[in-house]
Amino acid sequence: MNSLDLARWQFAITTVYHFIFVPITIGTGFLVAGLQTAWYRTSKPHYLRATKFFGKLFLINFAMGVVTGIVQEFQFGMNWSSYSRFVGDIFGAPLAMEGLLAFFLESTFLGIWIFGWDRLPKKLHLASIWAASFGTLFSAYFILAANAWMQHPVGYTMNTARGRAELTDIFKVLTQNTALASFGHTIPAAFFTAGAFVAGVSAYLLIKNRDVTMARSTARLGFITVIVAFILVAVTGDLTARIMTTQQPMKMAAAEALYSSEANAPFSLFTIGTLDGSRSVFQIDLPGVLSFMSTGSTNGVVEGINDLQNKYAQQFGAGDYTPNIPIAYWGFRFMIGFGFLALLFSLIALYRINRNELPKGKWFLPAMISMPFLPLLANSFGWIFTENARQPWAVFGLIKTADGVSPAVGAGSVAFTLVVFTLLYGVLAIIEFGLMLRAIKVGPETFDRPIEDVAVGGDSDRTLTMAY
Amino acid sequence: MTFNTFWFIVIAVLWIGYFILEGFDFGVGMLLKAVAKDQAERRAVLTTLGPVWDGNEVWLLVAGGATFAAFPEWYATLFSGFYLPLFLILLALIVRGVAFEYRSKYGDKQWRARWDNAIVVASFLPALLWGVAFANIVRGVPLEKKNGVIEYAGGFFNLLNPYALLGGVVTLTVFLTHGAIFLSLKTDGAIRERARALVTKIGLVAAVATVAFLGITTVAFNDKHEVYALAFIVALSWLAALQFNLKGREGYSFLFSSIALAFAVITLFTALYPNVMPSSLLESASLNITNASSTDYTLKVMTIVALILTPIVLIYQGWTYWVFRKRVSAKQISTPEVGVLDRINP
Repeated sequence: MNSLDLARWQFAITTVYHFIFVPITIGTGFLVAGLQTAWYRTSKPHYLRATKFFGKLFLINFAMGVVTGIVQEFQFGMNWSSYSRFVGDIFGAPLAMEGLLAFFLESTFLGIWIFGWDRLPKKLHLASIWAASFGTLFSAYFILAANAWMQHPVGYTMNTARGRAELTDIFKVLTQNTALASFGHTIPAAFFTAGAFVAGVSAYLLIKNRDVTMARSTARLGFITVIVAFILVAVTGDLTARIMTTQQPMKMAAAEALYSSEANAPFSLFTIGTLDGSRSVFQIDLPGVLSFMSTGSTNGVVEGINDLQNKYAQQFGAGDYTPNIPIAYWGFRFMIGFGFLALLFSLIALYRINRNELPKGKWFLPAMISMPFLPLLANSFGWIFTENARQPWAVFGLIKTADGVSPAVGAGSVAFTLVVFTLLYGVLAIIEFGLMLRAIKVGPETFDRPIEDVAVGGDSDRTLTMAY
Repeated sequence: MTFNTFWFIVIAVLWIGYFILEGFDFGVGMLLKAVAKDQAERRAVLTTLGPVWDGNEVWLLVAGGATFAAFPEWYATLFSGFYLPLFLILLALIVRGVAFEYRSKYGDKQWRARWDNAIVVASFLPALLWGVAFANIVRGVPLEKKNGVIEYAGGFFNLLNPYALLGGVVTLTVFLTHGAIFLSLKTDGAIRERARALVTKIGLVAAVATVAFLGITTVAFNDKHEVYALAFIVALSWLAALQFNLKGREGYSFLFSSIALAFAVITLFTALYPNVMPSSLLESASLNITNASSTDYTLKVMTIVALILTPIVLIYQGWTYWVFRKRVSAKQISTPEVGVLDRINP
């Protein structure tokens, strides 16, 4: 493998790994904030138990999100210096804004929330988890706007003398439909993930007959979150697909393994292609559905891979403009499939829980245990699809991934860091997972000492509610 | 003032914030085992960092992001050129953050001892390497212009020259002292006493290293008279910090060690200006605030954003320190041997 392949693997591993923790953080932060608000308003003790219990799980997860995020920001310069030079004038701005507006907000107020139980009046303490949660939301917005610019560059001009793209309109970059649709798709997906996480854990507690009062309430919260979020994810997913069809038709064609342009194009449920990927051998299709998904009409014309390849070769010069079709095709289907499965489990479980009974049968426990993982798989496949099917471009139409890699960094260096990072990620994943399981097993704690309102700063002689 | 100069100053300010804030985090991390003997003390020491370390680290992320936005050529050349040191720093920051969060979850002795070692080593590495990196930036590294692009042309061992290693010793000892001063200000009892005693011991070593390092720097940049004056302020502030510590005035001691750190960064950036990364090979292959920068439009956009947001950030981050202004002592830690995940709740 050359340094390009290694750098791509490193980016993929770091990003997919980082994005395990991110959606849980975004969604669970808001759910915990909601639970704490419920406690603040009603003083019902099970809301406090839920806040602390899911807060603990949230923080075990958050630590991993933070530390992998640092690599995320630095690897552009380390492994992708040519890319960074090319896009820095545009791409750097949302990243810097993300740091200044979002990272400071989430890290500072989360620190206050974790250690502030006996250092702040209840109201301010509650406000701190909301502030941290909005920080994660802002963070998502800026990084998705930066990513959207890679999918569909706008508000720029090419400076050929300096060999780079230059910003001409920041508002276009921050408000283009690609960015807004992506935000509208990713944030509900984060709530979907968090809902499934809270629901799965709560259902497990219910099955084990532990803290039923709390678990019933949080299970309901989780399942409802999943169902509502799914609707939003589906609506914005549909919107994203249409935008994608106009902006990156090759991606849509790859997602469908649609080789030649068609009107009334079918949505393929299953396909087997020839080894060279240029022709499909066997497909099961739903007629007209792809045309509808992409254009809003069953008779709309959807461009095929081979036609687009010819078009791009004329437009950009000879070369291969076709992404890896199986990854795109299956990534797209796994994203939808795993999402649907979590929805299905949620509908059944919520129906039963609302009737004050738990589903019986051997399937229920494994289904609930799988709940937190299904959205994680859907998220990962979704991003693997959307990033992979943009290839060979790093920024669509402007710079290829192959031209973005750092010339000053040798393959040996990239290989070395790739191996060490991957090993470290693996070890930390095992530790994190172990702590999560243990924290779930330990279960919600009961509080013998009531939480009192204190003045800002608290009392220095009392034992601390929270210490590292 | 041009936007380019303004953003050069902004980047300097971000590094000042980072070195003052995460500087004491690194110091406290390295001193964990030296100042805290039992579990209650260890947890008290870590709790002084608990609410703030993550927010402190964001200064680095913003410095990185701001460099990317304002000086993309600097960001690209620096990060790809200083590849392995940055990798080691990242590795350390990953392990350290996780260690803080996970260390006291279990009471198990081996579990805690391992994370404690991780905290010490993962605080030591960046504390040393930031000095190495900055000294190299100021000194100049082999940069070459190829196809109009300025790239790092040296290897890993080019970065380990005596001047750079001395720079590493400076940040290492200065952060250790700064961390000890922070602990004397934020803890009570035996930890506070041990920390105060360490301030003088390590602080004098730091003083010698700093004077030697800044002495070499001022001689190398002897055409810039302001570098002399700034280096002098660093030395004086540092001595004031040590003196106030001896008198038991911990707040002033911390104030002056922070001022010393701020002026140390100002000294280096003044020596650097208008370059951002001088080439040791050819003057024409140096990166400066003009050839490394973004367009005026981008700098203008970022200036507006920075002018609006920075005061807000400073206010709420300052407020955090107000909320957690009380000293932490070992006796406030109930059941220090037990982790929250040790007991199964009924």
